[in-house]
Amino acid sequence: MSFNNLDTLYRQVIMDHYKNPRNKGAIEDGNVTIDMNNPTCGDRIHLTLDVKDGVVQQAKFDGDGCSISMASASMMTQVVKGQNVDTALKMSAIFSDMMLGKEYDDSIDLGDIEALQGVAKFPARIKCATLAWKAMEKGIDQQ
Amino acid sequence: MNVNEIRRQFPILDQEVNGHPLVYLDSAATSQKPLSVIQTLDEYYRGYNSNVHRGVHTLGTRATDRYEGAREKVQRFINASSTEEVIFMRGTTTAINTVAQGYGRENVREGDEIVITHMEHHSNIIPWQQLAKATGAALKYVPLQEDGTLSLEDVRETITPNTKIVAMTMVSNVLGTMNPIKEITEIAHENGAIMVVDGAQAAPHTKVDVQALNCDFFAFSGHKMGGPTGIGVLYGKKNLLNIMEPIEFGGEMIDFVGLYESTWKELPWKFEGGTPIIAGAIALGAAIDFLEEVGLDAIEEHEHQLAAYALDKMAPIEGMTIYGPKDPQKRAGLVTFNMEGVHPHDLATVLDSEGIAIRAGHHCAQPLMKWLNVSSTARASFYLYNTEEDIDKFVAGLLKTKEYFSDVF
Repeated sequence: MSFNNLDTLYRQVIMDHYKNPRNKGAIEDGNVTIDMNNPTCGDRIHLTLDVKDGVVQQAKFDGDGCSISMASASMMTQVVKGQNVDTALKMSAIFSDMMLGKEYDDSIDLGDIEALQGVAKFPARIKCATLAWKAMEKGIDQQ
Repeated sequence: MNVNEIRRQFPILDQEVNGHPLVYLDSAATSQKPLSVIQTLDEYYRGYNSNVHRGVHTLGTRATDRYEGAREKVQRFINASSTEEVIFMRGTTTAINTVAQGYGRENVREGDEIVITHMEHHSNIIPWQQLAKATGAALKYVPLQEDGTLSLEDVRETITPNTKIVAMTMVSNVLGTMNPIKEITEIAHENGAIMVVDGAQAAPHTKVDVQALNCDFFAFSGHKMGGPTGIGVLYGKKNLLNIMEPIEFGGEMIDFVGLYESTWKELPWKFEGGTPIIAGAIALGAAIDFLEEVGLDAIEEHEHQLAAYALDKMAPIEGMTIYGPKDPQKRAGLVTFNMEGVHPHDLATVLDSEGIAIRAGHHCAQPLMKWLNVSSTARASFYLYNTEEDIDKFVAGLLKTKEYFSDVF
């Protein structure tokens, strides 16, 4: 079964993150907690971070939403873990460019996240993909 | 009812979306517009665009006649006892807020109660939350039955002599439940409360007779019934509108303006501050003409048939949960559901790639989503221009989506 144009959106790796989310749950002793939702559709994320010495030591998420929002959250926690705060924010800016279909800085390896490139072609779904990143940015801001 | 003939009146339906003929199943969010409505807007702006109720020139008179003529159409459409009871507003939201502020602030006190239900749209929840907060009144919810209907027993238990306002939807935008408004209004009145009806999902689909319902206020939107966006109606009983203060002050609604004091025009104009929604109101009149020509009874019957057909085709799909009353005669023309293994947003995206437009999300009813214990649902809603063929395509799309999502894992 195939819907050809949809295969650019629903890549295998996205579905894998959706079905087998990485870093799902909450950090017991995390120092940053953010709840964010997408009021137009009901997607929500509960993100906990452990930020120490300017580095995101640990990142976990819980939430409820579509494949794109949950896969993006899973990928985001995976890629920011161990990064210093500035790099994490830089990654978020790159991801935002990617979603807007702009040229983006490819000097930083975003790993699985590249698979989300196709979302840019589905404007109604961009907010799904950016929810977790916005939460992460807000969390680091609060720090 | 000749659906093919009706479809020809809706030019938007004749197009391809993502390479497929458009199947529009989101009329509960907003309906499509018949040619007559589009032409009415065009004629107004090309031929007699002018402000109303002022000046003596010919275009102004023409615009005023048509604007007030539209009010007469609305009066007949809902069987109000006079045009003084028909106020043009932006939509249902503005209408309910006007009652909450204009009537509520003066007549609700600490210790009083406002009663709504768990199936309300946000526009019939938040104005009452705000009123309750401002006055110290208690906001109470009538619980729902397992099948998403209200029991009159629960209604009787929730409404008490302390209740000042009962506000309920006539048709749920999520469950499709049709509430017994007439009976609930009686209970409200026995307890000395007024009855406010959210008619946004009712007026487009079923005959409304505000005098038979005996409700005190009735709000609806033009854009869900073939009219343009930005126009709606607040019906109110004359005696209540007379004691209500306007909530918008300015031009158009005044009688005499002094330096420190002013007086208001008589009904209905005292509630229509500023230049009114002239083109919108006239085009709403055209939408009413259109619906009445087809016949509200025929439209309602057609939607029941479509809902029954859709329920029949959807129920056997494995992993399908359908919300609301199971009996198609007890529900309006919409089906809200979830399909196991596919999130509603993903479902809506996949169907869109097949040219099928449905709604996914919380449908502006977060408390109801909580009651259903889901974060979001998918909804297909039907109107007079939909066909069984539309539903066949939709159901085929559901099956393909299911297969697609099971394949990729």
